Amino acid sequence: MSKIVEGLLYSESHEWVKVDGGVAIIGVSDFAQAEMGDITYVDLPSEDDEFAAGESFGALESVKASSELYCPVSGRVVAVNSDLEDAPEAINEDPYGAWIIKVEMSDNSELSKLMNAAAYEQAAK
Amino acid sequence: MKYYDRLVFELSKPGRIGFSLPEGGADLSAELPANIARQSALGLPEVSEVDVVRHYTNLSQMNFGVDTGFYPLGSCTMKYNPKINEEVVPQFNGIHPLQPACTTEGVNEVYEKMDAALAAITGMKHFTFLPCAGAHGELTGLMLIREYHMSRGDLARTKIIVPDSAHGTNPASAAVCGLEIVVVKSKENGLVDVEDLKPLLGPDIAGIMMTNPNTLGLFEHDIKEIAELVHECGGLLYYDGANMNPLMGVVRPGDMGFDVMHLNLHKTFSTPHGGGGPGSGPVGVADKLVPFLQTPRVSGFHGNFGVILRAYAYILMLGKENVKMAGRLATLGANYIKESLKDCYKLPIPTVCKHEFVFDGLLNDNGVTTLDVAKRLLDYGFHAPTIYFPLLFHQAIMIEPTETESLETLDAFIEVMRKIAAEAAEDPEMLHSAPHNTPIGRPDETTAARQPKLKFA
Repeated sequence: MSKIVEGLLYSESHEWVKVDGGVAIIGVSDFAQAEMGDITYVDLPSEDDEFAAGESFGALESVKASSELYCPVSGRVVAVNSDLEDAPEAINEDPYGAWIIKVEMSDNSELSKLMNAAAYEQAAK
Repeated sequence: MKYYDRLVFELSKPGRIGFSLPEGGADLSAELPANIARQSALGLPEVSEVDVVRHYTNLSQMNFGVDTGFYPLGSCTMKYNPKINEEVVPQFNGIHPLQPACTTEGVNEVYEKMDAALAAITGMKHFTFLPCAGAHGELTGLMLIREYHMSRGDLARTKIIVPDSAHGTNPASAAVCGLEIVVVKSKENGLVDVEDLKPLLGPDIAGIMMTNPNTLGLFEHDIKEIAELVHECGGLLYYDGANMNPLMGVVRPGDMGFDVMHLNLHKTFSTPHGGGGPGSGPVGVADKLVPFLQTPRVSGFHGNFGVILRAYAYILMLGKENVKMAGRLATLGANYIKESLKDCYKLPIPTVCKHEFVFDGLLNDNGVTTLDVAKRLLDYGFHAPTIYFPLLFHQAIMIEPTETESLETLDAFIEVMRKIAAEAAEDPEMLHSAPHNTPIGRPDETTAARQPKLKFA
């Protein structure tokens, strides 16, 4: 049973979002990292890149597969966790601590389309 | 099997010589300009003849190939490479690619006859033999599609449709070609969802890439309708020949409505691959694309002629009648294994398959994964099937026996697969740590990917 953290929002493609004012902190769920297996490479965007909700902002590669990362909300990237370039295993070890990007949201109402912990628990079954 | 992992350089002893050069050879060092003259010692291994022979013989015994045993690697068509293919090669060994064309008419004849043979088998008009493998062929084919649209001044077609079950090379080749990828979904039964396809079609669609039978080994029986829809919107159909084996001599991509395709001579036409030799991915086109066939210069000279020659020998050896048998026997073998094991392994799509099929792990897994099953197979002397592909199923095991295996071999494989299922129920721990009888057990893939050591130090 994978871990799901209360208070975060979740996308159908298994990203989590932590809302911090107008900024969305984005990572991938425990379920996603467990399905992927040992992650070996994180393809990150650059600061100031803009993404629409549902658009791919990067990718994870593991020994098993490569998987796109989808931006759960629209906005501009204000921070990138570049530590992941040298330590992609942080996502396996602590998926909810190892954030990937922070996005300044252009439309906070998009958050209502994401799932809460209880809804995600059903979806990730 | 004796474990052996040394490099020939580790055997080197200063001054040991295995070959005597003729005395009084010319010293050319004075002739070379200083900027290209070697500054340090050459660093070749210093070994005797017997050192070299034992070294490579030991290394060769660490290998597994089609000549060693059953190799049911799904999607790869690891059929036997008939030795008669090799017999024809020496007769062409003396030819140089820069030789005047008027002195290589035998080679030209092989190309012409191979073009005609492949055209007859596929329903295409003509082939280019430049691409050196499947993905190289995909890129060439997509470049042809792009040339075709551009020649008509139709510059808006920047998107290509790829099914979610496609080989990863399809979207990769399309991206390299500068096309935007649009994914069409599969239905529950594993086939392309025509209803999901319809809204994607429009004036921005360059075409669709399809593998038929698809990666689940299922024949896309809506292909006629799909071809009509794609052609109606002005797009072209690309056929990925990776799974041509079951159709060879039975159904032709050209008749299904495909406009461009590649063949993997190293799969369907029995030439060595998977570390055994280079590939060849000739691209065939329908009538309307023939004028563009010479445009993409994707490799030097005329492609991998040695591979084309071997494949031509294979076609001649089979002849018209037996070409039809290869795919049918491959299909029969795959269905035989599938039906014999479906009470032990999860069969997500229980219909008749073509040359290959996919299980989704053990029925009663008891914590045993597909990786464990694959590793355990090595203990019994079989090459593992393709695992964790296609991505549609999380514990995918993709089995393709090919037509070259006897009933006895298929039965032996089935028996071992059943035994592993029983072992999973009794002793899952033993499977988690398999293989137990191979020189190397489970390489640390994670560290190899995260901190690769790319040279011997």
